[in-house]
Amino acid sequence: CSFQKKRRYCSLNDRLLIKGGRIVNDDQSFHADIYMEDGLIKQIGDNLIVPGGVKTIEANGKMVIPGGIDIHTHFQMPYRGTTTVDDFAQGSKAALAGGTTMIVDHVIPEPGTSLMEAYDQWRQWADEKACCDYSLHVDITHWNDSVKQEVDSLIKDKGVNSFQVYMAYKDYYQLSNSQLYEIFTFLAEKGGIVQVHAENGEIIAEEQARMLQMGITGPEGHVLSRPEELEAEAVFRAVTIASQTNCPLYVTRVMSKSAADIISQARKKGNVVFGEPITASLGTDGTHYWSKNWAKAAAFVTSPPLSPDPTTPDYLNTLLASGDLSVTGSAHCTFSVAQKAIGKDDFTQIPEGVNGVEERMALIWDKAVTTGKMDENMFVAITSTNAAKILNLYPRKGRIAVGSDADLIIWDTDSVRTITAKTHNSAAEYNIFEGMELRGAPLVVICQGKIVLEDGKLQVTSGAGRFIPCSPFPDFAYKRVKARKQLAVLRAVPRGMYDGPVSEFSMSRGGTPSASARTSPTKQPVRNLHQSGFSLTGNRAACGESSLLINRAFSKSCDGCASVTEAFYCTLILPWSGQKAVMEYLS
Amino acid sequence: MSDCRRQWNREDELPVYFAGPITTGPNQRKSFGMFSSVEGAFESKTIDFDNYAVGRKGNRTPRSGSRERLLDTESMSGISYQGNNGIPHYTVRDSEKRIASVVCKSLLCSSLQDERLLIRGGRVVNDDRSFFGDVYIEDGLIKQVGENLVVPGGVKVIEANGRMVIPGGIDVNTCLMKTYLGTQPVDDFLQGTKAALAGGTTMIIDHVTPEPGESLLEAFERWQEAADKRACCDYSLHVDIPLWNQTVKDELEVLVQDKGINSFQVYMAYKDVYQMTDSQLYEAFSFLKQLGAVVLVHAENGDLIFEEQRKILGMGITGPEGHPLSRPEEVEAEAVFRAITLGNRVNCPVYITKVMSKSAADTIAQARRKGSVVFGEPITAGLATDGSHYWSKNWAKAAAYVTSPPLSPDPTTPEHLHTLLASGDLQVVGSSHCAYSTSQKAIGKDDFTLIPEGTNGVEERMGFVWDKAVAMGKMDENQFVAVTSTNAAKIFNLYPRKGRIAVDSDADIVIWDPDIVKTITAKQQQSAAEYNIFEGLECRGGPALVLSQGRVVYEGGKLQIQQGTGRFIPRKPFPDYAFQRIKFRNQVCGQGVTRGVYDGPVHDVTPTPKYITPSPSAKTSPTSHQPPPVRNLHLSNFSLSGAQIDDNIPRRSGHRIVAPPGGRSNITSLG
Repeated sequence: CSFQKKRRYCSLNDRLLIKGGRIVNDDQSFHADIYMEDGLIKQIGDNLIVPGGVKTIEANGKMVIPGGIDIHTHFQMPYRGTTTVDDFAQGSKAALAGGTTMIVDHVIPEPGTSLMEAYDQWRQWADEKACCDYSLHVDITHWNDSVKQEVDSLIKDKGVNSFQVYMAYKDYYQLSNSQLYEIFTFLAEKGGIVQVHAENGEIIAEEQARMLQMGITGPEGHVLSRPEELEAEAVFRAVTIASQTNCPLYVTRVMSKSAADIISQARKKGNVVFGEPITASLGTDGTHYWSKNWAKAAAFVTSPPLSPDPTTPDYLNTLLASGDLSVTGSAHCTFSVAQKAIGKDDFTQIPEGVNGVEERMALIWDKAVTTGKMDENMFVAITSTNAAKILNLYPRKGRIAVGSDADLIIWDTDSVRTITAKTHNSAAEYNIFEGMELRGAPLVVICQGKIVLEDGKLQVTSGAGRFIPCSPFPDFAYKRVKARKQLAVLRAVPRGMYDGPVSEFSMSRGGTPSASARTSPTKQPVRNLHQSGFSLTGNRAACGESSLLINRAFSKSCDGCASVTEAFYCTLILPWSGQKAVMEYLS
Repeated sequence: MSDCRRQWNREDELPVYFAGPITTGPNQRKSFGMFSSVEGAFESKTIDFDNYAVGRKGNRTPRSGSRERLLDTESMSGISYQGNNGIPHYTVRDSEKRIASVVCKSLLCSSLQDERLLIRGGRVVNDDRSFFGDVYIEDGLIKQVGENLVVPGGVKVIEANGRMVIPGGIDVNTCLMKTYLGTQPVDDFLQGTKAALAGGTTMIIDHVTPEPGESLLEAFERWQEAADKRACCDYSLHVDIPLWNQTVKDELEVLVQDKGINSFQVYMAYKDVYQMTDSQLYEAFSFLKQLGAVVLVHAENGDLIFEEQRKILGMGITGPEGHPLSRPEEVEAEAVFRAITLGNRVNCPVYITKVMSKSAADTIAQARRKGSVVFGEPITAGLATDGSHYWSKNWAKAAAYVTSPPLSPDPTTPEHLHTLLASGDLQVVGSSHCAYSTSQKAIGKDDFTLIPEGTNGVEERMGFVWDKAVAMGKMDENQFVAVTSTNAAKIFNLYPRKGRIAVDSDADIVIWDPDIVKTITAKQQQSAAEYNIFEGLECRGGPALVLSQGRVVYEGGKLQIQQGTGRFIPRKPFPDYAFQRIKFRNQVCGQGVTRGVYDGPVHDVTPTPKYITPSPSAKTSPTSHQPPPVRNLHLSNFSLSGAQIDDNIPRRSGHRIVAPPGGRSNITSLG
């Protein structure tokens, strides 16, 4: 914590020893004791020499895993003059109860307002209330030069390395393809992670209008107007733009099979793309939108919507296990039923968001690990380690190792709990996982070296959470990108200047089919005829430095061509290998 | 050509030295120089000739033995160009006549210009089956098909000798009048249709490309007038939609209902010129679906291309290689994916023009597997060559390949596209023939974005599909007919008038010779372009004789056409092939849930919210009408903040359906 030294709550008696546990990291599991002091892990091993009077926890062979990192929350999110019912205190309490010891919240500035101000606002809210460590993503809701500068200083000075852009919410948050291209290019340069909310906003707008026209105003209209292929389409587009700009891409809220498929296909083609399914999409499905109980149906409203296909959760869990999807969030964003009822006559007005921060770890354990899809190491990877790597916090977070933060949990694989709104720690009246039986739960949660959950008792301190700054260029995402950047040097073909006749053409005519006729104002529209005479060098002046050298190398053979025929054969020289670099860059 | 070879060989008694002088005819063409075929290439292909000959002759002409062919192989080897000016394939049984036929072929041909024709002894190949039968033609229509036909006397008889008799090709994508910066392609309707006929294509569908702002109807009439004057084969027209507004909508309606147009192209590329936004596309798709028209999509992401072009020009790359670099294939695949998504949402058939890359084709194949009504059209260029030529050192050559989407630099692309054609994942082969001269291409000599886009291919289209798919064993002859003719006729509602050999169909027929070997060169082509992008490629298979409107227009490498004979073929909307499924799907639609009215507490929202709702309608686009922000309170017992998406929709009593009987409670009106 370099620029925000917060009063640490740990004192000398914050010394802990966990005995007889099985440490599970993302790469291996082993039996060892852990000694913690001042919120850090100080020793790991057998027969540790520790000071007297240390509080000892007997793990009895249970798993000790790094605390979960929920990479996507919306605590205390303002919405039309109101805020979500879970503020940072309530939300982080729920997180800790579920075994999550760090959250990453989204800063959402209103379009047209300053990113920096919004960031400061969120920091203030979180610093006051958060009970666990946190970081922030900043959403880019509009794009211009001043935003660009703010993004730059957020990366440099404020410890933010990930920014979300929206492909949905037409005329509000939505950005155009060109803007996305610019943002991706910019963030690739600065080492940021681009997160996308991937849905095709324009088609959604049309579909919403159609649904309302058909008289469908209930929550089922939400899912009908946002079918999963619109999500898949946007993911595909985002992947294409990211690949064009050579920028790592992070897709938030993967809710459907087809979107997940697009991500895994892209990964197979070598794109640097990460997919984040959320608790809701891993645990339940969109059939509830057709519930006769309006309040229940509305509670499931989130975007992209839960897929009505009931096989989706299973499928997403499988892709998590295989590594095609990388991290899990919760997109925890809870509204009371009264708040949801803002849209009781029009589904487009229903505030979007579901709970999930508390259930996330247990749900994945139940759906993926107990079913044999995933091993415990992968469980750690997708609930904690991968997120830490993307945020560039690894190994401080996401690993049990000497020197890491003492955020860890003792996981009880045998406990069975039934989820219900009556007992959950969120302030929401409704839990979308209501009635679900989940095996696996945290037995002991240690956050910043302090026990916050033990014997079923939760003891949190509001305001104890620290802001954890994230630095740019996380290796997990950028190593490959950097290597590709070096490959991606495009070269012009050195060739003799075309000196044949040129047809007359009129640029002044309205509506030319050429894309650039209007689009590249820098280009002189009518060519100077002096240049077309014959000049091998005229062209070169314009060429980049790198191509200059190659030009010289090739020019000999090319200039030597006595006739057209020879020139023709000369053209065959440029080998496939030259283009291979190009192809590699493109893919 | 091989046919004539076969006929030579029938002259058992004809001494070798006699045969010699005549073969020198083609031999002299060796002086074509740099594009002559590779030595030995011809021999290796004779193996295939034998294979083809066996099946056919076994049935029809058992008298011709195979031994004679030995002689022939020798005498023909090294001939660089065959087919075009070769000896006619029209079979006359007398050997004397055949020897003389080089001289008198024009005589023979002109005598065939009869209204009544009988094609005898051919194997009729449709897209569903092949059978031996004769075809009798009268007044430009097929009157009888079958064996032992009873025909009037004095009918001109064409002996097919067991060769394939197939429906004439339909080229669904040509641009013979596409103006670029004031210049016209060198192939106009006359040159272009001549080339089409020479390649076995008897109908073209040309793209009317109005400038943005120009009236669609006027452009259509301009095209029709030009084509009526010049075209020498039947034609129809697609109309491209350069921009979207109410006038265009009105014109589209007229075009569909009165002018016989049922297909319109929209562009996802060419930013700031033709490109439409997703919302416009959605509207256009919905509108065209109502009209029963097929939506053709030029699928490339124009926004990304624009950015990439700027980037690449900024790097100092100004040559044609910048073209594929700025339009990588994933940009094409992305747009294809988006177009299909739009088509699915609107429930509208989507036709992707110019499928140039593997990934775009795969996207289509996947979508079809998921049930989307989508058609893909690869073009001759994409099927026969690849984009490696963009890196040619010869600027003129590199520029000749410039088309959009660009040819993929991946050399395995043509093969992949052929495989998908054979499997039915892609349906139609076009040519996108749009030939610009080198001097026209040179408009973009200092800036690749200015190079006029277009390649040739109308003449080579059928030949290359045969050569690369059928001759390679990927595709059977019926599928060949389907992709070159029948599917196009079905999609554009011309079937069975076109695309089938059946009674009452138009007499657009090709006698196809799988043994013709031709080396493509600009010197021998019908097109007026100086450059042929297939230069030097050898192509097996070609038309031996072409009938258009019941007249012989091409025979033995010689064209006999009359300009202006081409008729405009109007097309009705709602082609079954594309719309049948759509109609059924229309009936399946989402339904609202009947549920008790929510009567719990509702959170108060400030009427003028500090935070606008993330509903897409909050800020509507400037084009659409924005109603006043505060709602009529009579309509609702509380005021929702600001504008609603449905404000412009009149409140209907139908809303009451949502409330079940007795389900209403303290809310007085649902509005």
